[in-house]
Amino acid sequence: MGLAIIEAKDLTYTYPTGDRPAFKDVNLKIDDGEFIIITGPSGCGKTTLCRCFNGLIPHFYGGRLEGEIRVCGLDVKENPIHMIARHVGMVFQNPENQLFALSVEKDVAFGLENLGVPREEIRRRVDWALKITGVYDLRHRAPHELSGGQQQRVAIASVLAMNPEVIVLDEPTSFIDPLGAEQIFQVINSLNRDLGITIILVEHRLDLISKYADRMIVMNEGRIILNGDPREVLTSEEARLIGVGIPKATLLYKALKAKGINLNGPPLSSDEAYKLIAEAMSK
Amino acid sequence: MIVMENVYFTYPNGVEALRGIDLKIEDGEFIAIMGQNGAGKTTLVKHMNGLLKPTRGRVLVDGVETTKVSVAKLARKVGLVFQNPDHQLFSETVEDEIRFALKNFGFDEETIKKRVDWALNLLDLERYRNVSPFMLSGGERKRVALASVLAWDPSIIILDEPTIGQDYRQKERLRQFIMQLNQQGKTIIIVTHDVEFVAECSPKILLMREGKIIAEGEAREILTDEPLLYQASISMPEIAKIFKNLSAFGLPSKVIDVYEAANILYERLGDAR
Repeated sequence: MGLAIIEAKDLTYTYPTGDRPAFKDVNLKIDDGEFIIITGPSGCGKTTLCRCFNGLIPHFYGGRLEGEIRVCGLDVKENPIHMIARHVGMVFQNPENQLFALSVEKDVAFGLENLGVPREEIRRRVDWALKITGVYDLRHRAPHELSGGQQQRVAIASVLAMNPEVIVLDEPTSFIDPLGAEQIFQVINSLNRDLGITIILVEHRLDLISKYADRMIVMNEGRIILNGDPREVLTSEEARLIGVGIPKATLLYKALKAKGINLNGPPLSSDEAYKLIAEAMSK
Repeated sequence: MIVMENVYFTYPNGVEALRGIDLKIEDGEFIAIMGQNGAGKTTLVKHMNGLLKPTRGRVLVDGVETTKVSVAKLARKVGLVFQNPDHQLFSETVEDEIRFALKNFGFDEETIKKRVDWALNLLDLERYRNVSPFMLSGGERKRVALASVLAWDPSIIILDEPTIGQDYRQKERLRQFIMQLNQQGKTIIIVTHDVEFVAECSPKILLMREGKIIAEGEAREILTDEPLLYQASISMPEIAKIFKNLSAFGLPSKVIDVYEAANILYERLGDAR
């Protein structure tokens, strides 16, 4: 096991206007460098839980947070948002809400300028972040002229330029067309694989992304009900019963299994499924 | 029936959103309009209920040109549910929201009461009857917006991005619901880039790119044509990707449904044993 980068113990949270907790008794340990997907039905508490990872809860939303949570060694209750935000970047559903500057480059530089980082260093980090997310060629364009997928990659670049140890993304492809979504998922994967950044992705649509994850967490009614290897989670009876969006490739595996045809292990994506089927055909 | 003849539309800011659209949608059809963000999908459907009028060309709903009737009269036939429910909802309670249009259309009180109850029940919103729509979750607000349109019983129902923000189970419920309305004879038009949802519904597809329709056909044909989809920034559904590669084994390549896929593979792999 690696070093815990996020650790929650008996964590329970109630919004100021809530009559019952949004999540309850959450125990969770996330290691440095892991790629985690958090999923579950609407209203299960997954977005709320992620708001604790950068201190938006409790410092911005208020409410009552019980139990313990430490992120990058910082006690979330004791440290202000701007301290935690140096370690944890957030990317939201709709990139339009996150971009505001006149050019892509200025948007990505904004956070660094605020921290008083020297000019040369800003230049270097902005260019680096733009290249990794594949939007360097768009750096002089206005964000509102870009497609949704490009905008979301700019939003990721802005977060990346801050050099976070953890990036939390809340359904980052909901508004994006399918090819744009695939590109975003590839960028997220390379942030994890090549740069070792811990990724926490909240997502309903699991077809394109499950293959990249080390671990999948399923929440339902404010509790973590499954937490483990994506292959085990996605083939479990519980996941089916609460209506997790099982990837089509995994569903095909299960449908074949029900007919007595056993492929060599559950696939999480179309390319994995193809390989397993081709292997079975060649026998 | 909706007919568009050589329709062009330019927004006041100069953006040319539609560039020569010809189409015909028959009564009782189920159509998905797909394409990249900014391809003109939403602009297109706003022409179908008269919210926008063409800069050039004609739009006819049941033989009447949309420039010759009021939006209110068209809306009676063509119900449009917006992508963002907040652009549509404004009343203080869910019940008032649904009542509003019915009152405007001049239904009598008894009918209004009946239709409100029917719509609340249909979309599982009865318990929110007296709640403000703005207290509800995004997914629930989308259901309120849909209920308020269905309540006046339009014969053509247009849903703009109905699956955004919906979890798997809500999508499944939405799918069954759409299929049921279609079986009852309603014309259904959805605007979406959710390929997996479209693969499950299997409607006829209109593919758009840069203000034009670049292809029209059955879901099975369109969703398995990778180069064509690429032009519209759409990827194939997962099952189609698997079968594209499997065609080397002599299997059919135009497969988009999981259970059809399982049956085909069962025949092949089951025989071998």
